[in-house]
Amino acid sequence: MKTPIYMDYQATTPVDPRVLEAMLPYFSDTFGNAASRNHAYGWTAEEAVDKARQQIASLMGASPKEIVFTSGSTEGINLAIKGVAEMYGAKGKHIITSQAEHKAVLDTCMHLEKQGYEVTYLKPDKTGRTTAEDVAAALRDDTILVALMWANNEVGTVNPIREIGALCHEKGVIFFTDGTQAIGKIPCDVEADNVDIACLSAHKIYGPKGVGALYVRRRKPRVRLVAQMDGGGHERGMRSGTLNVPGIVGLGKACELCEQELEAEAKRAAELRDYMQELITSELDHVHLNGHPEHRLPNCLNLSFNYVEGESLLMGISDVAVSSGSACTSASLEPSHVLRSMDVGDDLAHSSIRFGIGRFTTKEEVEFAAKLVIENVKRLREMSPLYEMVQEGIDLSTVQWQAEH
Amino acid sequence: MAYSDKVLDHYNNPRNVGSMNKDSKDVGTGVVGAPECGDVMKLQIEVEGDKIVDAKFKTFGCGSAIASSSLATEWIKGKSLDEAEQIRNTEIVEELSLPPVKIHCSVLAEDAIKSAIADYRKKQDDES
Repeated sequence: MKTPIYMDYQATTPVDPRVLEAMLPYFSDTFGNAASRNHAYGWTAEEAVDKARQQIASLMGASPKEIVFTSGSTEGINLAIKGVAEMYGAKGKHIITSQAEHKAVLDTCMHLEKQGYEVTYLKPDKTGRTTAEDVAAALRDDTILVALMWANNEVGTVNPIREIGALCHEKGVIFFTDGTQAIGKIPCDVEADNVDIACLSAHKIYGPKGVGALYVRRRKPRVRLVAQMDGGGHERGMRSGTLNVPGIVGLGKACELCEQELEAEAKRAAELRDYMQELITSELDHVHLNGHPEHRLPNCLNLSFNYVEGESLLMGISDVAVSSGSACTSASLEPSHVLRSMDVGDDLAHSSIRFGIGRFTTKEEVEFAAKLVIENVKRLREMSPLYEMVQEGIDLSTVQWQAEH
Repeated sequence: MAYSDKVLDHYNNPRNVGSMNKDSKDVGTGVVGAPECGDVMKLQIEVEGDKIVDAKFKTFGCGSAIASSSLATEWIKGKSLDEAEQIRNTEIVEELSLPPVKIHCSVLAEDAIKSAIADYRKKQDDES
């Protein structure tokens, strides 16, 4: 077993060897520009891109013509939200999203607010979920877009996309979902799930970094976007720029593998996730699950270890590569905005750790990681004045703390 | 973030972890910080005459906070109350090579020392 053990699969994933193998010929042997219409180099590249388009569309129940290649989800999110806002701005200026969204969504919405758009940031429930009822209550006559993620990157909570999409279709509002963590991990079907626009990123599904795709619905309704990058009019005019053929081939192969292995992989990941949770909670008290107990990704386990600060725990378990919602691990010195939006107290947010189970995670790795976590939480609690106070029967919420922050 | 060797050493082998009887008149206790801020330090001193003969700490916080409080207990042991009061957070920053974002950990450690000394002095005043 190689250490540090990688358990940060929500941040990124390694390229699957089968994906890498598919990509390699397209760097130097078959290097043509897919937009070159006049020679075999271009045709071969275009064929490869078309195959990838098919593979990606198939994974999410779309038509290949509805796939636009991007550099990844941040670009996809920007293109979707700004593209819709610009295209339909004359119809209305209101957008609905959630406080638990990725920063790429939140910052894009804030950017639009400066340009005169109005944005409603829905507060999710304590599990991080936003329901169709929440959206219905926020809808206005001038709402043009609902942007809600398929699954949350920090806590893995899965939103009721099908219901939200149905509501949006009924009201004639475009529905964009950030599918970065969900597509390829859980069954996603843009038709059945009533999605109008969805983004994904190759590097979250065992493909390469720097390439992604945006699904843009062509029928019922036909969604139009204003391009955010001017140029040669590639990708039906929605995204100019020479296509990253090797990256796109990799993304296509990654999607194909996800589609083939989704069911078995999701089952295996969920078993390992639950096993890890069981190992940890059978040895430690005061462990809090962040996220929804049922509606969550099979590969994500976010736990808060009460009375232990997250960064100090990360130091102790440095043989396991994971992320924390603790402020101390972020550049901003603010605890996770996702956990805050869910009303997880700042004290618990500081104590949170996200464990990701991936395609290459083994049972042995899970056992090793769980053991390390248990040992270190016990050690740090011995050192924790908060744990001591709780053992003495003191209610921490009644303590007058001496702090200016 | 890379930690200095000294921070790692204090984190892995913290000195003087533990608790003293806070009701003893020879013991001064300081608790600073708040759980919401991600840092709580408890520092205790046992005093004989004017001298700190023992010190203990417990800290909820990041590695730098644990190291700062561990170092603080090491430094104040054997010092007089007046000497211990002179310890500045900047000395802790320097000793542990703390980066700018971790300076608040050293401030907290300085506050914890002062708070423990103040608690001890208050007890003595209340006695007499």
